[in-house]
Amino acid sequence: MQLTQFLSRRRAQKAESRSPLFSFLYSRKIAPYLFVSPFILSVLVLYLYPFYSAIQMSFQRVLPGQVFYVGLENYERVMNPIFFRALQNTSIYVVLTVILLTVLPLMLALILNHRLTRWSNFFRAAIFIPALTSVVVAGTIFRLIFGESDQALANQVLSFIGFSPLDWRYEAWTAMFLMVAMATWRWLGVNVIYFLAALQTVNNDLTEAASMDGANALQRFRHVTLPAIKPIIVFLVTITIINGFRMFEESYVLWESSSPGYIGLTVVRYIYREGIQNNALGFGAAVGIILLAIIFVVSMIQLYLTGAFKKEH
Amino acid sequence: MKKPLWTLGSCAMMLALPHTAMAQQATELTFWTFQQAHATFFEDAEAQWNEANPDRPIDLNAEVYPYDQVHSNLLLALQSGRGAPDLADIEVRQISNYLQGDVPLVPLNDVVEPVLDEMVTSRFDIYAKDGNYYGVDYHVGASVMYYNQEIMDAAGVNIDDIETWEDYAAAGEQVTANTDAVMTTFESDDIFSFWIMIAQQGSDIFDADGQVSLDNQTNIDTLQFMQDMIHEHGTARAAPGGGHHSEEYFGFMNNGGAASVMMPMWYMGRFIDNMPDLENKMQVRPLPRWTEGGDRSAGMGGTGTVITRQSADTELAKEFLAFAKLTRDANIRLWTVLGFDPIRHEVWDSEEVQADNAYYQFFHEGIFNILLDIRDEIPGVNIHELTPTAQQVIETNTLHTALRTGNRTAEQALTQAADEIRMRMR
Repeated sequence: MQLTQFLSRRRAQKAESRSPLFSFLYSRKIAPYLFVSPFILSVLVLYLYPFYSAIQMSFQRVLPGQVFYVGLENYERVMNPIFFRALQNTSIYVVLTVILLTVLPLMLALILNHRLTRWSNFFRAAIFIPALTSVVVAGTIFRLIFGESDQALANQVLSFIGFSPLDWRYEAWTAMFLMVAMATWRWLGVNVIYFLAALQTVNNDLTEAASMDGANALQRFRHVTLPAIKPIIVFLVTITIINGFRMFEESYVLWESSSPGYIGLTVVRYIYREGIQNNALGFGAAVGIILLAIIFVVSMIQLYLTGAFKKEH
Repeated sequence: MKKPLWTLGSCAMMLALPHTAMAQQATELTFWTFQQAHATFFEDAEAQWNEANPDRPIDLNAEVYPYDQVHSNLLLALQSGRGAPDLADIEVRQISNYLQGDVPLVPLNDVVEPVLDEMVTSRFDIYAKDGNYYGVDYHVGASVMYYNQEIMDAAGVNIDDIETWEDYAAAGEQVTANTDAVMTTFESDDIFSFWIMIAQQGSDIFDADGQVSLDNQTNIDTLQFMQDMIHEHGTARAAPGGGHHSEEYFGFMNNGGAASVMMPMWYMGRFIDNMPDLENKMQVRPLPRWTEGGDRSAGMGGTGTVITRQSADTELAKEFLAFAKLTRDANIRLWTVLGFDPIRHEVWDSEEVQADNAYYQFFHEGIFNILLDIRDEIPGVNIHELTPTAQQVIETNTLHTALRTGNRTAEQALTQAADEIRMRMR
């Protein structure tokens, strides 16, 4: 009896002696905020502040030591044929990369996941390696492969199979082909990894039950596998759309100063060209804000259509 | 007891001696450039400065980045007010971006003006604003024609008979008829070929009053002349890879793809570095004339070294810059080390410049006599606030459609470009 009394007294003393900091850290109300604070801080500092600055700058003309407001002038100037050309290029690029970077990786993942595929670990690694390459290095190599010379690799292959050589960096469709090919080459492996992970979550019992009910491979894929990996598909499509609209490097490494006839001009490239190369930071910011709105709307539509907002049953 | 004390004393003195020398600590200066050769040139100047000024040593950090990166990073550093180097190279076509607002560069008048009489002044005007000189160039950039003697001989053309552009075009017919080569290449992704040819006639993108003159008759006729050589006569072609600095072009020219190329004198180094098979085959000559008595060259390209106002010691940076690029010795080294036509014309006929070196060996003797011959025929260009934009428009659309694809006439291409630039001026 004496011992319990002693212990409870001791516990009470200990509680009293806890420092305010201690009780603050252990408070159930505060702790969650404390844990998310690094994230919130980084969002505030690295995203919200630049976002606020960009909005402010889009109404300004910015020169060293001289900043003045110009109202909506920057936004009025954005609506010009070059911007629309950039938007058109970017949109085509987004559509093509979304298709290629979901269909191809899914097919490859299915093949690699199949029990009859041999050396699958080797192929997984091999497909992933381009993602580790610097885009500048990759761009230089692409530029040489598709160089304007009969000796360039791509043109040698073309002549070998009986076609005439192409000026890859000077035609609209070949330029788009180069940018899409580079993006696909780089990101294919990453998406394959996503799909391989998703395929592990497919319930084998369901697959077996379906085959016992007489479903063929295609039906099993459509009615069992596809619904199971749908969240990953939605995720990858969203990411690819956003990355597509943000594309800069592929165009930059192929045409450093500017692309002939704007064939390689993307929206972000246009921001760079106007904001930095032409020293109009305010105008560049206005294009950036418009791009933000476009990505937001497109992503929302896409998420709505794929049912991401519907409540799970 | 006395001896150890004395020894201790002398030891202390010995320790203190290097300390006094250390008191003259080298001032750090940072220099950004996009040309390794320029960095080497300045490092060389640093060593000479330290030898000549042991009381005020400097420690130069020369950093080389790609062309676009140097200009973007520098612009952002100057806009944001921090992070800029002490000295930087700015290419002439980009300079107007840096001369807006409260100019973030240091005026160099007190080191430039005393020697201006010895200099090609037009090379300072392009980096000037409101009477202040902000940059010191590396070269005059006198444009010349580089002929491949072997191909010209095979075609049966005597290059010294080419007086006018008409003669040049006629020689082109002979070259294509008798050899596998074309007469020349024109840049389609870069502005040099076109700009040289119009500047040579006193024309330009912007006139002296700052108005767009891109679509004037001289320019239309010139671009049409270029287009005809490519698409009608087949005597020229758009440069492989888009310009005279691409790997594709170097390979093409090195293998005897073209009989000549028009570029400034500073292009000599590119032959030595990138087209070694042309050694002893190339002849340098003045450009053909457009009219009788017309100019046979034009000052083209250029990179100005500037000092930023963010530099901690602008006075020292300024003196060092003058030492490295304005003195007589410096200008001799601009030729012997870099192969450039120096801005201080007084050295052109000096013994040091005429002495044998790698450039004379690769090409031939008497290169500087050509420069002396055309010294009064090197018109400069007008630099305008919108020069970077104009250059971009011309490179992106005009030359591509007029020269490479040929699906627009010179007049259509230039009118469209001029309108686009005028829109920007509003």
